[in-house]
Amino acid sequence: MSEMSPNVVEVRNLCKYFPIKAGLFSHVVGHVHAVENVSFNIKRGTTMGLVGESGCGKTTVGKTLLNLTPKTSGEVIFNGNVHLDQLSARELRDFRPKIQIIFQDPYASLSPRLPVGEIIGEAVREHHLVPDNELDAYISRIMKSCGLFDYQKTRYPHEFSGGQRQRICIARAIALNPDFIVCDEPVSALDVSIQAQIINLLEDLQKEFNLTYLFISHDLSVVQHISDTVGVMYLGNMVEYADKTEIFANPLHPYTRALFSAIPIPDPTVKMNRIILEGSIPSPANPPSGCKFHTRCRECRGVCSQAAPKVMDMGNGHTVACHMYDPESGYDKEKA
Amino acid sequence: MAKKDSNFISARESRKISKENMKITRQLDKKLSRKHVPESEYLTKMHDEGNVVEFDDLHTYFFTDVGTVKAVDGVSFNIPVGKTVGVVGESGCGKSVTSLSLMQLLQRPQGQIVSGELRLNLGDKAYDITKMPIRAMEKIRGNVVSMIFQEPMTSLNPVFRIGFQLDEIIKLHNPELSDEEVKNRSVDAIKMVGIPDAEGIYNRYPHELSGGMRQRIVIAMALVCNPRLIIADEPTTALDVTIQAQILELLRKLKGEINASIMLITHDLGVIAEMADYVVVMYAGRIVEKGLAKEVFLDPRHPYTIGLMESKPVINKTVDRLYSIPGSVPNPVNMPDYCYFRDRCEKCVGRCDGKYPPEIHVSDTHIVSCWRYFDDQNRGGKE
Repeated sequence: MSEMSPNVVEVRNLCKYFPIKAGLFSHVVGHVHAVENVSFNIKRGTTMGLVGESGCGKTTVGKTLLNLTPKTSGEVIFNGNVHLDQLSARELRDFRPKIQIIFQDPYASLSPRLPVGEIIGEAVREHHLVPDNELDAYISRIMKSCGLFDYQKTRYPHEFSGGQRQRICIARAIALNPDFIVCDEPVSALDVSIQAQIINLLEDLQKEFNLTYLFISHDLSVVQHISDTVGVMYLGNMVEYADKTEIFANPLHPYTRALFSAIPIPDPTVKMNRIILEGSIPSPANPPSGCKFHTRCRECRGVCSQAAPKVMDMGNGHTVACHMYDPESGYDKEKA
Repeated sequence: MAKKDSNFISARESRKISKENMKITRQLDKKLSRKHVPESEYLTKMHDEGNVVEFDDLHTYFFTDVGTVKAVDGVSFNIPVGKTVGVVGESGCGKSVTSLSLMQLLQRPQGQIVSGELRLNLGDKAYDITKMPIRAMEKIRGNVVSMIFQEPMTSLNPVFRIGFQLDEIIKLHNPELSDEEVKNRSVDAIKMVGIPDAEGIYNRYPHELSGGMRQRIVIAMALVCNPRLIIADEPTTALDVTIQAQILELLRKLKGEINASIMLITHDLGVIAEMADYVVVMYAGRIVEKGLAKEVFLDPRHPYTIGLMESKPVINKTVDRLYSIPGSVPNPVNMPDYCYFRDRCEKCVGRCDGKYPPEIHVSDTHIVSCWRYFDDQNRGGKE
């Protein structure tokens, strides 16, 4: 394995369609275009934030990345040369510890019948990461680094609060010494003060173990705090991707602008210049033609409903998929 | 760990507690379910006619088998006419129970208002909700005070059409209206919340609508009887930011149109800052700080309020590390007799070991319960 490829994950034109089945024999009548032509790289030791409204395909990206649901087309390359779908079952099993996931709901993602020590240690033992006689000490060390106590090892998940359960989920992922963790809305189900604890923990662990995160969230302020790069998704497409500072200072896509302006700011003296989007997200089973956002877009012109926009590179790795920035698209800037 | 869990109670103790609870709750329940109660019994006077609701030292307890949970323990604040009051706090701090007490929607028999007054202004008279029997309350609920719930998916009945569910409320509170008038009012309400094709929606089922649309319908249901007070219990928590912006905009617009007050319950400080005129911060069943939105946000005094604000990442404001309040909320069954926040507070002073701090006036409208400002009050009093 090439030891230090700069990108932990490279995603090229990832697509995922879910079939819609109907009728007596469940024949396929159409497809839900959950993820379409998504491409990005995540550098080692950095965090990429993935934001968007519910139903835009953020979670599906995370799951297809880890091959938890097989992808329809495209490429996902880990560490420069590992294609998960080309590995044999045995090789895949050996690679699994390197890629982990933390789920949104800490109440649903822990087995109620296993004590915490077993939840954290089970996979470690299965993969023979540490000798059997050191396993117990190893689990204690992992629990300590996640802010859990040694004596909690024999307790069951129902005895813990939401924040502590999320710590258990994190400990379970960390225990396998992974390179890459998909954090699928890890703090959405938690209270504000607990949220801060978990975010700090994730940041500390990143420094300690040189981890790479894909941080999926709909909370933009959290994403801004934790991420190095940010991708914005709308209805299965990545509409904008850039550095954190770049995208928050200079959002280009009309959707990104509306999304950012919708965040409530905890200061009563700030007057918001809000862009309110009309309507709600269209059905991904029957997406609008051309640019998928044109039905809700303020800057919509004739060309938007006809052709899908190309992904334009605006410099500094800032990419945006909008006709406004494509000089060849025939977008008429003047027309109101 | 040999230390016995302090939360553990034996079966015998639990039986004893539940027997006692039964005695207390049965007595309270009996009082509420009486028929033919004279109005004079729950008639009261507002302390200030400019308020819609006055919470006065409200105590709401839950009598559980492991002990009494003081979910709301001495809460007092006012909701002025035409204003929005925001109630913030973490989950389990009693903000929802406060609003449910006002609606008398507590899970009975365990949940009971034990003491305090809850004065509701009806314009020409005022009622004390804590003394109101269930029958009389039915005329208030949904009519004078209405509620918007958190989950638009679960607060609509999936087996009835939208129109039926709206008509039901109007018919209940206005039995004299004809079917056609009722329908017109329902359709008007749907139009009011900004849904195009109101007639079409009238005949739809809830599952045919998106989350934002459903929340609009729930708001329409709350508005349909022109209430004096709307309680919005986390109205946007289940929604996306763009939809949240739509719903908040709608609430602001409607508040002006029908001249109602709003009690907005949420854990999102951003939403409160945007909507509320007054802010009430709750912690473990008590109010730790209240005041005008500007005062609380620009000059927070209580360590909990300060911690809450610092622990939330704010857009376009970079910090290296988020502040996190150490520890967690105390066990609600046996609350300490000192300040509930002491064990998590990093700014304790000597007095914190004493009894629960009194309400201290920072300004006329800004009140904080913390011993750190005790001297300030004395100085303020002399001037």
